[in-house]
Amino acid sequence: MNTLIEIYQSMSIFERMLAYVILAPFIGGLLAGIDRKLTARLQGRVGPPIRQSFFDVLKLFQKESVVVNKFQNFPIILFFIFTVLAGALFFGGANFLLTVFSLTLSGVFFVLSGFSVSSPYSHVGAEREIIQTASYEPMIILLAAGFYLATGTFNVGEIALYKKPLILALPGIFAGYLFILTIKFRKSPFDLSMSHEAHQELVRGLTTEFSGPALALIEITHWYENVLLLGIIYLFFAFNPWLALAVTFGSYLFEIFIDNNYARFKWQLTFMSSWVFTAAVAVSNVIVFGLIR
Amino acid sequence: MNALIFLTVFPLCVAVLAALLPVGLHALRKTIGIIAAVVMSALSVYLLIAYHDAGPLYFTFDSPMVDWCMFGVELFIAVFVVVFSIRHKRYLPVVLVVVQSVIMFGFDFTSGRGIQVEHNLFIDMFSIIMALIIGIIGNAICLYGIGYMAEYHEHYPEIKDRRRYFFFMMYAFLGAMFGLVFSNNIKWFYFFWEITTILSPLLIGYRNDEESIKSMFRTLNMNLIGGLGFAVGIVTLYSGSHVMELDKMMQLDKALVLIPAVCIVFAGLEKSAQFPFSSWLTGAMVAPTPVSALLHSSTMVKAGVYAILRMSPMMKDTAAANMLMYMGGMTFLVTALIAISQSNGKKVLAYSTIGNLGLIVACAGVSSPAALWSALLLIIFHAVSKPLLFLCVGVCEYKLNSRDIEDMDYLIMRVPKLAAAMMVGMAGMFLAPFGMIVGKFATLKAFLDQSPLMAMSIAYGSAATVFFWSKWMGKIMTIKYGVTKLMEHLISGWEKFVLAVFAAATLLVCLAFPLVSSRLVDPYVQSVFGTYPVPSTFTLSVIFGMLASLFIILPLGLYYYGHSSKEYKRVGTYFGGANIDELSFRGPMDRQLTAETRNYYMSKYFGEGVLFNIGVFISLTLILIMFGVVIL
Amino acid sequence: MGWFKRSPWVIHCNATSCNGCDIEFLASLSPMYDVGRFGVINVGSPKHADILVVTGSVNAKSTQVLKTIYAQMPNPKVIMAVGLCAVSGCVFQDCYNVHGGVDKVLPVDVYVPGCAARPESIIDGLFKACDKLEEKYMQHKENKRKAG
Repeated sequence: MNTLIEIYQSMSIFERMLAYVILAPFIGGLLAGIDRKLTARLQGRVGPPIRQSFFDVLKLFQKESVVVNKFQNFPIILFFIFTVLAGALFFGGANFLLTVFSLTLSGVFFVLSGFSVSSPYSHVGAEREIIQTASYEPMIILLAAGFYLATGTFNVGEIALYKKPLILALPGIFAGYLFILTIKFRKSPFDLSMSHEAHQELVRGLTTEFSGPALALIEITHWYENVLLLGIIYLFFAFNPWLALAVTFGSYLFEIFIDNNYARFKWQLTFMSSWVFTAAVAVSNVIVFGLIR
Repeated sequence: MNALIFLTVFPLCVAVLAALLPVGLHALRKTIGIIAAVVMSALSVYLLIAYHDAGPLYFTFDSPMVDWCMFGVELFIAVFVVVFSIRHKRYLPVVLVVVQSVIMFGFDFTSGRGIQVEHNLFIDMFSIIMALIIGIIGNAICLYGIGYMAEYHEHYPEIKDRRRYFFFMMYAFLGAMFGLVFSNNIKWFYFFWEITTILSPLLIGYRNDEESIKSMFRTLNMNLIGGLGFAVGIVTLYSGSHVMELDKMMQLDKALVLIPAVCIVFAGLEKSAQFPFSSWLTGAMVAPTPVSALLHSSTMVKAGVYAILRMSPMMKDTAAANMLMYMGGMTFLVTALIAISQSNGKKVLAYSTIGNLGLIVACAGVSSPAALWSALLLIIFHAVSKPLLFLCVGVCEYKLNSRDIEDMDYLIMRVPKLAAAMMVGMAGMFLAPFGMIVGKFATLKAFLDQSPLMAMSIAYGSAATVFFWSKWMGKIMTIKYGVTKLMEHLISGWEKFVLAVFAAATLLVCLAFPLVSSRLVDPYVQSVFGTYPVPSTFTLSVIFGMLASLFIILPLGLYYYGHSSKEYKRVGTYFGGANIDELSFRGPMDRQLTAETRNYYMSKYFGEGVLFNIGVFISLTLILIMFGVVIL
Repeated sequence: MGWFKRSPWVIHCNATSCNGCDIEFLASLSPMYDVGRFGVINVGSPKHADILVVTGSVNAKSTQVLKTIYAQMPNPKVIMAVGLCAVSGCVFQDCYNVHGGVDKVLPVDVYVPGCAARPESIIDGLFKACDKLEEKYMQHKENKRKAG
């Protein structure tokens, strides 16, 4: 493991970004596959093979592209580019706020693609996607704030090398982050806008009117995003890389477990619960910092 | 220095000319407007080029005639307000004006006799920035207004055509703003301030119908209350320290200067429509669009934050400054939440303006180099994007007969260029990599260094702004197959040109962000604090890279998808298979229904009533505390 | 080589079925038969689907619905008629409202007989549908190669 860290540190920022861009879809796809396998097993089924997500994406690329209007796929491409940029900046070790900007930008593009199709399912999915974004946005910003207060820098590279355990300094923020991670992973109970499995409350919500390559691109973008989100968990335990990896993977399994145990929340409950929970844990964490100063 | 005097007086001459010019000579009025715009913009740019290297420069300009003139005008304004209010049977303004006049004229003739002022005028980087905003953007709006008012009166023949009076006030307003930012003499500052106090309500009440008159008097009352605070500040300042100049005030001992500073800050809070004074701005939306764009997004409200930012170094590290910070942060959060529930486009813009100003006020309260840096950036970016949005909504309002967001469906199909301009404006307000978000996040860092709890206001406020802007953006971006009438022809070429100029300005200012920060903002911050924050080169280049790539990818992509892409197959939207044609489907009882979509407004959670009252209550408490800590 | 055999996504449409075949189809998704282990997902939107599974015979209303859904599916696509009613109309063929089986309105690729069709047959049918998908995809590629 230490050799891996040494390799990471020796790479330049562009090499790290390139490594992320190349490796993340594989890791993300495997994670998605593990998700489906584990979910199936929890439900007493056998479930698809772990490489299934890759098969899905490859198949989607072979499908014809049908659209409702000419422009709907263009925001998806932008969604993809800026999510990859966000993750690349994060793993490259740049300013964390840049990652947050880029994620917000890509999220808005995703929402705009849903809005540009005037389909009722797509529109409600897009509205719910905005609600989801507004639900987790305070926590993401408070996450950045927490890192800054604990380590004195926004720079991910420096935070990753911080010697003291961040989890002890930022327990509230970690709890808040786990809460909104469910929203970001689009898992029950917060999979309001587009569900991955057979749930069909809104048909397919935001992605109803997309087909073929666009859909594949959305899936790949979600893989990139998932790797980024798990990377943030790593930062909390960065003082011990093995522990961090274990907790990261454990959190993912925890999210899958929550997914299988909860039914979907109404959007009002999602919105209010995440804002209230964020306020309770993250703000108290931040206040403690203010008092310690 | 002559440039400064010219910039103050020239708009007044234009105003008089505009007042005298008969209504019919539209082309001549436009020409005069263009000449005025070119002259004032050129002069503002000249100021930038000539003075950007020097620090603050002070000019003596002794002229007792000017003082007498000012006295005369102030007397005239006071009398005018009294007569005007009595004619409309409102008596509160009379009381306020009388109290204010008693204070000021009493002061003039007693302890204020023989005030010795060394430098009446000055110029520094902040004044230059404001002058650029007033000169370029203010003039562009006035120019737009010339074309707009002609159509406005055609559209609403029942409104009395007082457009000569309208333009007189608009250009006089520009002159007053220039005077305000160049004044070192605080009494002169107050004079120009009071001119804006009277011009603003008159412009708001242009329509002369019941609603407008109500809004007009609400604005007048609040402006007069603010002016009262300012007057008290002046009196306490002089009686305590015999100083009547900004630069000397900055060098005074803090104990002497705190009460006047807080009074002037109070006036600034009123003018920039912070809680508890926000209702005048939301009520002012009845005015014609150029008024909203000029007064309420790019100039007058900026005068309020200008005053607060000038006062902020004097309040640094005091409890009063903390109150200011909390007030600003709270305003940002509350207005962002209220804006979610509004469907009236102009109201959304008004609340968004108040929120951004709140952020600037909060930065003034923090008063660190980083905070000042982000405050100035916010001022610049807001001044460019917001008028664009106001102008666009104004066009929607009377070309498409609605200012309600719910009626802006398919805007991108009906009026593509307008929709594009609106999207540029909205992106400028909340999206990375445009300037506002840089400002917001620089503010985050500044807050975290001072008072971590304020980060909460940014966190929740940002989430709320993403919410309502994306909602609106999505609404105008909806595309429906076929059937929509292209209404582009309704928008005159003149209007399209102005909107294009604003959109280009927004994009340019964002692209030129490194230049803006290093040439305009950093020197000022350095002059106040001695240092300025330096964002990392990598961060800046990433932001620049994102912006540049968007500039390249967006047009290319739109072109590709619009014209060259043939490899797609069009099918209908999914209605469960019950599609009848592109827009309708077979519904229950075999009826044909058209699919309609509406945004969420969540008025139960974010309704204006409750949140507004909360804002007023908290802000009143904070103001009382602020005054309390300085007086006691 | 196509990937359709590994990831066939199904959209299920009930024309005028008595729901017997529908229940059997959904049962094949349940843990007992678990067709999901082959990568099958029951999607809601035709734009995401490869295989259109139709149950029940076809009348005037459901003709329109089926045609709309079929039109919204991207190529390559196959149709699987599940149950005798979808195959031929079964005992309802001569009713005044029934047009017949699905092949009266759409080109059916796979017929799964039975009343109700058993999950094992449905799974078998899905495999045949996957083979058909691969065939169609290869053909489409050939045509493109010849044309381009």
